[in-house]
Amino acid sequence: MTPEEILQSLAGRFGDKVASGKSPGNGRVFAVVDREHVRPILAHLRDDPALAMDMLSDVTVVDHLRLEDPLVRERFAVVYQLYSLRHNHRFQVKARVPQDDPSAPSVFDLWKSALWGEREAYDMYGVEFEGNPDMRRLLMPEDYPGFPLRKDYPLRGRGERDSFPQYRPPRGAT
Amino acid sequence: MTAAKTTQTPAEAAGSANLSPREVEKLYKTQAQDPAYTGAPAEPRFFLSEEAEDELGGKRMVLNMGPQHPATHGTLRVLLELEGEKIVRADTEIGYLHTGFEKLAEYMTYHQWVTVTDRMNYMSAINNNVGYALAVEELLQVEVPRRAQVLRVILCEVSRLADHILCCGLQGMDMGAFSLMLWSFERREKIYDIIEAVCGARLTTSYTRIGGIFRDVPEDFPQLIKKLLEEFPRFLDEFEEMAIGNRILEDRLRGTGRIPPQDAVSWGLTGPILRASGVPYDVRKARPYLGYDRYEFDVPTQADGDSWARLMQRLAECRQSLRIIEQALADLPDGPVCVENKKIALPDKAEVFDNIESLIHHFKLIMFGHGTAPPRGAETYYATEAPNGELGFYIVADGDMIPYKIRVRPPSIYNYAIFTKLICGGLVSDAVAVLSSLNVIAGELDR
Repeated sequence: MTPEEILQSLAGRFGDKVASGKSPGNGRVFAVVDREHVRPILAHLRDDPALAMDMLSDVTVVDHLRLEDPLVRERFAVVYQLYSLRHNHRFQVKARVPQDDPSAPSVFDLWKSALWGEREAYDMYGVEFEGNPDMRRLLMPEDYPGFPLRKDYPLRGRGERDSFPQYRPPRGAT
Repeated sequence: MTAAKTTQTPAEAAGSANLSPREVEKLYKTQAQDPAYTGAPAEPRFFLSEEAEDELGGKRMVLNMGPQHPATHGTLRVLLELEGEKIVRADTEIGYLHTGFEKLAEYMTYHQWVTVTDRMNYMSAINNNVGYALAVEELLQVEVPRRAQVLRVILCEVSRLADHILCCGLQGMDMGAFSLMLWSFERREKIYDIIEAVCGARLTTSYTRIGGIFRDVPEDFPQLIKKLLEEFPRFLDEFEEMAIGNRILEDRLRGTGRIPPQDAVSWGLTGPILRASGVPYDVRKARPYLGYDRYEFDVPTQADGDSWARLMQRLAECRQSLRIIEQALADLPDGPVCVENKKIALPDKAEVFDNIESLIHHFKLIMFGHGTAPPRGAETYYATEAPNGELGFYIVADGDMIPYKIRVRPPSIYNYAIFTKLICGGLVSDAVAVLSSLNVIAGELDR
């Protein structure tokens, strides 16, 4: 199925819970949903034999702080890249996540690859995934205070580098 | 400095006053206050079971493998909880090589970021270059000339050969078969000679440009490739002869780290690891790019899904890559290697120096605010088949010449996530075998 057909079938099943987005230029289409509905919709995408999205290729977050999107409307969007090995089609789903409560439901029980995908998304954007059994930081140090890929985080950091614990030889040692 | 008079800790005082590290150092009166001894958490927060935590009655030992261990092939840290020599629990810690490539992308132009892609999978940099260039070209809706496409295919496959044989050789080294590593390193050096002849660098190639490639190949390029095509099958034969039937190698690899196909799909594994579990998914075949559908090649799979199957899978894929190179070289067309649209591609450097029009184009592409810019709100997820698996670039544009967001979907991070699951219940020596068969490249794992 083409992404347009998948979007149509989703709209037929879930009605106005699914908004259809289209990228200008290359014309790629994707679905934008509220975070309350993202789990049933993703489960449907996985379990419907006509769709059969058996692989979650990637999970990431887009921070819309400086790029207002009429469909996303909130600050964050969690982006899921799905692929079906059986039918050889791809589809992209975005879930809106508000700024004041950055959390989204985990899809770890649907696809195991969400385990680290969501961990990295949390590490970089601070969006917590409820239900993920291992919601620790992945790449940054455990006690790191910021979320580096947020748009309001400066490129060179906020001075965390200077206060990393580091070994210094005792004074007087040669 | 009045840090001692207030109730603030020196670190807080330093943070509020924006002091330099040297000044912070002066604030501490004694060694006991030094953050080197007080600031760091005493123990990493690792999933320790109660049996291991109880020091006196505990039967279990915690072993810290890495981050600087030769068998980890990079800066990976694995914590193992052992009962005798059996691994009961395991946890991994990554991020030692985290460089913030994705953050950097939001401050560099589309053209500049090509150089950063080299540093991700440094074993096969050209595959990264090509994957990124294809994603940006998809955003801009340009198609590169046919000659550039075929050259990209040839060099991608050459680079894939280098990556695969290095992994196979290192697998041998970890199992004690040191000659395999030396042979594959020698062979890999000869492959890098070709890459050096083409683009001037061995590892950090930066060969592609948005809209084509950096320059045409040298005149003796067909001879170099033909020599490779002649010599490489003999190397593969020798390697297989040495490896297959080698009692130590085979006994240690067979049956370790077995991944059933449904697990491999659910964990998002791709590339040789997925195909070694019997799932014939190859992006080159499933969703062809760069005209891969014009070439005849097979997608080999293995049945077992263990470390041995992954070794055999990589060797089998080398033969398919050779087939692709042979066909691609046979129909290498003449023509330009970069798109003509100078609003997108950088003009040839020689022309910039003696042609005012090219100089203007160059200037406009380099100047902020004038360069190549996909439309605002455009986004794409473009997947290519890198040697380790599906390499995806998710790019969001905001109408500027600097990307709004680039997300790299490196194959290694998903391939490595399953690692702790694979080694639990096995021996420590099996963990080494499994790790080297996953071919985790720390550069693209941490980015």
